[in-house]
Amino acid sequence: MLGKLTLDALKHDEIVMFGVFTMVGAGVLAIILLTYFKKWKWLWKEWITSLDPKKIGVMYILVALLMLFKGIFDTGLLRVQQATSVGSSQGILSADHFQQVFSAHGTIMIFFVAMGLMFGLINLVVPLQIGARDVAFPFLNSISFWLFFAGMMLVNISLAIGEFSAAGWLAYPPLSELAYSPGVGVDYWIWSLQIAGIGSLLSGVNFITTILRMRCPGMKLMRMPLFCWSVLGSMTLVVFAFPILTVTLALLALDRTFGMHFFTSTFGGNPMMYVNLIWAWGHPEVYILILPAFGVFSEIVATFSKKRLFGYKYMVYAIIAITILSYLVWLHHFFTMGAGSNVNSFFGIMTMIIAIPTGVKVFNWLFTMYRGRVWFATPMLWFLGFVFTFTIGGVTGVLMAVPPIDFQLHNSLFLVAHFHNMVIGGVVFGYLAALTYWFPKFFGFRLNETLGKYSFWFWIFGFAFAFLPLYALGIMGATRRLNHYDASQGWQQLFIVAAFGVLLIMIGIGFMVLQYIVSIIQRKKNIDNTGDPWDARNLEWSTASPVPFYNFAKTPIVRGRNAWWEMKQSKIRFDAPIEYDKIVLPKNTPFGFYIGMLALFFGFAVIWHILWLVIVCFLAIISLIVIRSNNDDTEYVVPGKVIEKIEKANRFKAQAS
Amino acid sequence: MNNEAVALNSAEILEQENTNKTMFGFWLYLMTDCVLFAVLFATYAVLHKNTFGGPGGAEIFNMPYILVETMLLLTSSFTCGLAMLAVHKKQRKALLIALAITFGLGLAFLSMELFEFRHLVVEGNSWTRSAFLSSYFTLVGTHGLHITVGLFWLATLGYQIFKNGLKQHAVKRLGLFSLFWHFLDIIWIFIFTVVYLMGVS
Amino acid sequence: MKKSSTVTIKPEIRDAGLGSLGSYLTGFVLSIILTLIAYYVVTAKLYSSNLQVVSIIISLAILQLFVQLIFFLHLGRESKPRWNVTVFVFAATVVLIVVFGSIWIMNNLNYNMAHSSDSYIRKDELIKQ
Repeated sequence: MLGKLTLDALKHDEIVMFGVFTMVGAGVLAIILLTYFKKWKWLWKEWITSLDPKKIGVMYILVALLMLFKGIFDTGLLRVQQATSVGSSQGILSADHFQQVFSAHGTIMIFFVAMGLMFGLINLVVPLQIGARDVAFPFLNSISFWLFFAGMMLVNISLAIGEFSAAGWLAYPPLSELAYSPGVGVDYWIWSLQIAGIGSLLSGVNFITTILRMRCPGMKLMRMPLFCWSVLGSMTLVVFAFPILTVTLALLALDRTFGMHFFTSTFGGNPMMYVNLIWAWGHPEVYILILPAFGVFSEIVATFSKKRLFGYKYMVYAIIAITILSYLVWLHHFFTMGAGSNVNSFFGIMTMIIAIPTGVKVFNWLFTMYRGRVWFATPMLWFLGFVFTFTIGGVTGVLMAVPPIDFQLHNSLFLVAHFHNMVIGGVVFGYLAALTYWFPKFFGFRLNETLGKYSFWFWIFGFAFAFLPLYALGIMGATRRLNHYDASQGWQQLFIVAAFGVLLIMIGIGFMVLQYIVSIIQRKKNIDNTGDPWDARNLEWSTASPVPFYNFAKTPIVRGRNAWWEMKQSKIRFDAPIEYDKIVLPKNTPFGFYIGMLALFFGFAVIWHILWLVIVCFLAIISLIVIRSNNDDTEYVVPGKVIEKIEKANRFKAQAS
Repeated sequence: MNNEAVALNSAEILEQENTNKTMFGFWLYLMTDCVLFAVLFATYAVLHKNTFGGPGGAEIFNMPYILVETMLLLTSSFTCGLAMLAVHKKQRKALLIALAITFGLGLAFLSMELFEFRHLVVEGNSWTRSAFLSSYFTLVGTHGLHITVGLFWLATLGYQIFKNGLKQHAVKRLGLFSLFWHFLDIIWIFIFTVVYLMGVS
Repeated sequence: MKKSSTVTIKPEIRDAGLGSLGSYLTGFVLSIILTLIAYYVVTAKLYSSNLQVVSIIISLAILQLFVQLIFFLHLGRESKPRWNVTVFVFAATVVLIVVFGSIWIMNNLNYNMAHSSDSYIRKDELIKQ
């Protein structure tokens, strides 16, 4: 009846039980609060069934931040383990638990924190920046979010019911094959990524179509804000790289579930093919994450230098170059797997070449600041932190692009320091900067600057203490994923410094949470009625804050780059239209949520081999799609009078302030 | 194709833009499907010699049988094209006949393929026998799964048109379906060439 | 774009994707011919080396790919900007990189495995014996 699922799946050690109780407790608390304040209907109508990309964006970011808390807790466990598990001490975690923790850490951070923040920001900002009211396929957008949510739930459920993968965030075979990982852990990993991955792929299709076909009149591609260009590049990577992940995960699942032999060590399988395929996806994936962060910085540097972005054309070419080159470097992740020197040299050279367009971008940002009227609000601080850390990470990357050097450093802590340098210094700093930059636009009040600055300083010093020692440790011979080492190595002090660094980062996150809480409490004091608190340059700042649900009462007509800046200079924004046209928007629908929940149960059923549930969920999903296709009534009309009322109220607010 | 300009009012323009947008999005999805199949082809290319003592392509492929399958699918792609011609000429009866023939030919293809698979399994040459057989069944089977989805989609569309007539969104969906169906025939060309023809030569 | 309520639109936008009976028939007949040629070359063994047969049938497949792209899928007939073509070219590039890249890499990974003769290594590294 319940496949492989038995009560044994609920037995865990103390640390895991603590985690389970915290998660379940938080869930129960949320249910109690929603019931007490009678907010269920509001939640359902305003958020769960909404097809408004602004709402969907906020939900992505909330999920990502929750996962950041889980991920950073895992990080704490790892650092404590490595700082204390020396000589005769075995630390706080068993070997198997340690492996599950670092596997969960990587999986959660990449797939649910970074991807979640990214898709959240894209949903919020891109339609506004191109002068559109919505994305190309709003229903598909909802499905994408709820599939992402389902994947996230599966990873978290694995903590309570069963176990997670102990095979690393990429689950290499033969370890991840059934023979060496007979439990459900790797299956949880496979299916949470598979489900979330389909969501990502659909979003890729959605946003490319949105950017190519829904720009407002006059917004030619070379007039588009650079953030949208970076999203176009990133989504192109998504669309052509995620199918590789889909297939690779499926092949591993076929090996484990149906006894096939793609990557097994016998019967003709080739585990190295998995490594090849997973990195053919994996390398584009890291560029998927970083390109929008670059886009964010392009927006921030121009705004806070009060100067237009230097070398717009070359920034666009750099994005295109990075997009294409990302497909030509993937072997640098496995130089040591045994290829000959001709193959290794080709990929080594390509890896060095891809650093060039990135360098072009960094210089262009710096040239934008030169002779600008630079002011250091929190978003600009994040940019400076990024330039410092990302450059270090970049050069260590170019260093490892040389195969003979990589033979020394592969899978050492030097590598670990490098990629955290890129992901934290680049991706995380970029998306945290974006949150501080765009928060006032979507919520109508500013965030507390002081707490934001504290958060930043703890993050950057935390990062330095946590990862610079790891570079040293890597060169001293420490490999990654060590749960114990000999006292004679002399590594412990540096591990303790690294643990201290993580503590600083946790304080940084604490300040961020405090910043949100204090800002919400003080929101009336920090209210922004202008819609443009930073005196910025692009179209999203031409709307009121918070943005009305229809985005633009009248579709803007654009005549050049930095359309909003131009409008401010020529003072044409005060033209109130005489007549407001009606606007057609998509109706709310619960089907996205239902499909996501069915996908969650489907994944759970496959993992635990509950055949009847697999079939039921699969058929239910198909039925929902067919039912939806029969539904002709998916849009509603907002009358011109309603728009007029909202616009007049917002204008009054702006002029009164 | 003649070049007379056609006058449309704004509602029709919006409909057409919506259709174009959806067709582009679907084309983009088909391109992702190309990459999906490319990975399966790459896997097949790397693993097809790993027969682990079991049979290779030359031993198990029945070429005349495969040729018949190929002709069935190709013809169904043609009749799908005829269906699209009927749509634009608004000939509902011709459309439904063309769709029914497309369905029949597709179903015949799928049945032949399933029969071939069953034959292999019964002989002991299933997907668990070797890496070659795993990759063969997965590549050809994934194409077959796509065909199955296509047949289901076609049946649903056909039923909707039969019951509700030829509405605008039905026209749009038929356009999407025909893209899908032609795409599957193109993938089959490569399966036919890389798996079967190269397998026996 | 939508200033007046009636606008004339060229047929390309409206009929992108629409062929004629002639184009579908041409595509169909050409595809059958190309399929039969490939089939015949292989089954009647009209080739003298592996390389020859592979190049013939791959060329025929690529030819049929373009026949079907043009006559069935009407690629290239849409009005500018031709995003469909751009996306197709990008996809084709990624396909080639993934397929041939993987084949090259995976073959090459046998480099450090034991070989019956050393000539493989010597040829690659131009080591003089």
